[in-house]
Order: sequence, then structure tokens, then C-alpha cells
Amino acid sequence: MSMDFIQYGLGRWLHIFFGVMWIGLLYYFNFVQVDAMKAAAADNPPTGAGISKHVAPRALFFFRWAAVGTVLMGLAMLGDKVDDALFFKDRAYMPIGIGAWLGLIMFFNVWVLIWPNQKKILGIVSATDEEKGKARRIAFLASRTNTMLSIPMLFFMSFSATFHRSLLG
Amino acid sequence: MKNPLDTLTGTVVSGLVLTVVLYFLARAMMGA
Repeated sequence: MSMDFIQYGLGRWLHIFFGVMWIGLLYYFNFVQVDAMKAAAADNPPTGAGISKHVAPRALFFFRWAAVGTVLMGLAMLGDKVDDALFFKDRAYMPIGIGAWLGLIMFFNVWVLIWPNQKKILGIVSATDEEKGKARRIAFLASRTNTMLSIPMLFFMSFSATFHRSLLG
Repeated sequence: MKNPLDTLTGTVVSGLVLTVVLYFLARAMMGA
């Protein structure tokens, strides 16, 4: 098995596998769960407890670890070209560099803003009602920011290999 | 002004606008 096969074959395959899981769950939270929880909270009596207790923690587990897998496989694929991409040293790596930066900002949001605040919201760590209210707003906005950033991120990830060619025409 | 990220539509439109801005930025950076 050659290094090229491991780096670009298995690496790309796993990058996409983890990426689908990460962004799929991000879209589940933003396109489904947020509004579902609002509707459940408006029921009499409220019916969202099962989602908070059984669905959200599992979804968040796969969400945050899929983010780790995606970033690690992305970095592995870039290999010794990481600095060319992230510091825009080589024109050919500029589009993937922009996509990588968007992905890294999203990764930061997952682990620094979303997960610590979700732990307060779900009662995994203790928090007052006021702290939970603040945590809910921060986690919501970080999650929405990631949904927004995912749109150009996916564009640059999928288009980077042929970006050069599109400029020639 | 309302935060566009408070609605799904605002979030998606913001993402599309950012895509267009970054696309032209990438073109400029690559000297096109």
C-alpha cells in the first residue's frame, strides 16, 4: 500500500465520511432540532424532555468527534502543503486554504463555544438558570455561525481542485 | 437591526453572500 493511497485515497474517504457526519448533524440541529424544541416547549405539558435527554447528547457526541476526524483527515491530506494552504504561500493552494480556514473556525466554534455551553444547557455541568440562558444564546449563535460558514466552506472544498482551470477559461 | 442568524433564511442567505465575497477574494488573490 503506497503512501499516496493512504494519504489521498483513505484520507479523502475518511475526511468525507467524518465531514458528512459533522455537517449532517450540524444541519440536523439547525434545520430540525431548534424549531422542534420550540414546538415541543409550547406543548402542554412540554414534550421536549426526551430530545434533550436521549437525542441531543448522542447527536452532540458524534458531532464533536466527527469534527475532530474531519480536521485530522483534512490536515493529513494536505501533508507538507499545510503551510502553503493555511498561509496562502502557493496560489494553487489558496482556494483549499480558504476552505480549510473556514473549517478550522467551525472546529473552534464546536469545541470552544458550542460544546461547553451545551454541557450547561443539558445539565452535564451545573449552571444557574441565568447561566443556562446565556449558554443557550451563545451555543445557538455559534451553531448558526457554523451553518453560515459551512456554505462557503463546502464551495471551496468541492471546487478547489478545479478552481485554477475555471480561471483559464 | 435584527441578527440574520436568528432565522434559517437569514443564515443561508448570509452564507451565500459570504460565498460570493470569498469567491471574488480568491480570484483576486490568485491574480485572475
